[in-house]
Amino acid sequence: MKRLTPALMHLALLTYTVVALFPVFVILINSFKARKAIFREPLALPDADSFSLVGYQTVAMQGDFLLYFQNSMIVTVASLTFILLFGAMAAFALSEYRFRGNTLMGLYLALGIMIPIRIGTVAILEMMVKTGLVNTLWALILVYTAQGLPLAVFILSEFMKGVSDDLKNAGRIDGLSEYAIFFRLVLPLVRPALATVAVFNMIPIWNDLWFPLILAPAEEVKTLTLGSQVFIGQFVTDWNAVLSALSMAILPVMVLYVVFSRQLIRGITSGAVK
Amino acid sequence: MTALTLENVSKSFGKVEVLKDIDLTVEDGEFIVFVGPSGCGKSTLLRVIAGLEEATSGEVSIDGEKVNGIPPARRGIAMVFQSYALYPHLTVQDNMALGLKQDGAPKARVAEQVAKAARMLDLEPYLKRRPAELSGGQRQRVAIGRAIVRDPKLFLFDEPLSNLDAALRMNTRVEIAALHRTLKASMIYVTHDQIEAMTLADRIVVLRDGRIEQVGAPMDLYNDPANRFVAGFLGAPSMNFFERLPGTRAGEVLGVRPEYLRPEQGGRLRGTVTHVERLGGDTNLLVASDAGEGFAVRLFGQDPTRVGDDVAFDFDDARALRFDALGRRMR
Ligand SMILES: Nc1ncnc2c1ncn2[C@@H]1O[C@H](COP(=O)(O)OP(=O)(O)OP(=O)(O)O)[C@@H](O)[C@H]1O
Ligand SMILES: [Mg+2]
Repeated sequence: MKRLTPALMHLALLTYTVVALFPVFVILINSFKARKAIFREPLALPDADSFSLVGYQTVAMQGDFLLYFQNSMIVTVASLTFILLFGAMAAFALSEYRFRGNTLMGLYLALGIMIPIRIGTVAILEMMVKTGLVNTLWALILVYTAQGLPLAVFILSEFMKGVSDDLKNAGRIDGLSEYAIFFRLVLPLVRPALATVAVFNMIPIWNDLWFPLILAPAEEVKTLTLGSQVFIGQFVTDWNAVLSALSMAILPVMVLYVVFSRQLIRGITSGAVK
Repeated sequence: MTALTLENVSKSFGKVEVLKDIDLTVEDGEFIVFVGPSGCGKSTLLRVIAGLEEATSGEVSIDGEKVNGIPPARRGIAMVFQSYALYPHLTVQDNMALGLKQDGAPKARVAEQVAKAARMLDLEPYLKRRPAELSGGQRQRVAIGRAIVRDPKLFLFDEPLSNLDAALRMNTRVEIAALHRTLKASMIYVTHDQIEAMTLADRIVVLRDGRIEQVGAPMDLYNDPANRFVAGFLGAPSMNFFERLPGTRAGEVLGVRPEYLRPEQGGRLRGTVTHVERLGGDTNLLVASDAGEGFAVRLFGQDPTRVGDDVAFDFDDARALRFDALGRRMR
């Protein structure tokens, strides 16, 4: 019986993995097939007959995909950095210091979780036009940072309340500044929470089509998601190219995800205070 | 030179006044213990002295210098916390060295101080380990080492032993006493534990509801408490109080410690034993008296009395303390 439980658990997990990875798998195999083969036998592996790199060739020729890649990367990494940095700092202030309006400020920030930022798209666009930020990566970075902050502050301040007061006080007695306490004592201890916030924010930012389309549609600041849209037409869709672009888009997110989830696990195992 | 002076120190959190007009002088090299019921403000007072909380009013001086408004790191104090509060990502060595490094002390002096503390506390084999790789007792020694390294004018301990098991607590208690003798430093120590208070203290400060009830040497407080609260707080089992004994006036309360009661046929205290605790060296009896006032008796050595036995006790009047209706001592 005892032997059986882990086996069952693994079976369940494996089933889930297969189901979850299946679409990705289908995208990957079809990106290496000729157009006809995609439609005739979507689930077949590419063989000598159906194998084709035409999708990747189209992607490589059409537009500047390397640039799109780079733009997406810059926007995602910069937004995540700002969300984590400012979110953690705000969370620390809210959880550590007693000041007038502390609770109110917390509630105000939490409100942002419930109101979708897209409601304000028109106002945001006007603002970006006035500040001359339209068609810059900064426009996207700022919007995504604003979008991610409320939840980040909420999650991180809950975690920071859990960091031992004694530890912070020991730091103060040893002469650490409040910044040193924040960066050197508190941040390492809430690393799992930071990783969680990063993972939650990363995918929506990477995949977003809405704001790039509205705020930064120009060629030199296009993100990958927006760039891939050229292959989806109203009447014909170049499925080879779409699938190849998607396959390539998965890679960097996966790398980022692996980085963050490693942090997650390391954070959990090294957190012992007592 | 006085190590610490508190003058009219008060502390409020919002509307709640947690410390009220505390006055206290600690002489150089003295070992002071704060005791009192949970929530009476012991930790808060310690934190005010450390500078982790600012006093709402009043003056705190350490080593003759007024320290109100001076950050903890520059008050010349070191603190040991109940939860050890070691930096989890630093080795034992770096944990102990951090304070001095922050102070800008030269490397040689840091190394020398850490080595000295490690030698005193038998921590030499563990210097390269992280806190997670140490036992509870070792962690507490590292926390004490971290305090020693800074060579402070005043040590502050907040229930440092309450996370340790009984045997380890005894060992560490002896170590702290030895440490106090070696370093000749002034120490303030907060505890719930009577034995720690009685055995370590030069003077005990009894706190209740943010006020000092009495200050004095352990035996002075035990034998000559200023009021009913202090009398009842020190000693285990605690002092018996009687209001209905023959000869006591209305409103007057008589206090007798359990060890001063002796079995005596026809004594003033008669009743039925409801509980017996055999500790080997002592036997404690709980008795429901015929007059309706329960009391405890502490008999030296082992005693055959059993639950349900009818017993009678008496005491020397010279051993009894008298308190008025408000709990003040009547002399
Ligand atoms: N930051 C704070 N804000 C508001 N009230 C507080 C704060 N810190 C302590 N108190 C209150 O002050 C009182 C004294 O607390 P303190 O921690 O000093 O008690 P203590 O004597 O150390 O108790 P214990 O023996 O349980 O440790 C308590 O009633 C507590 O609720
Ligand atoms: Mg306390």
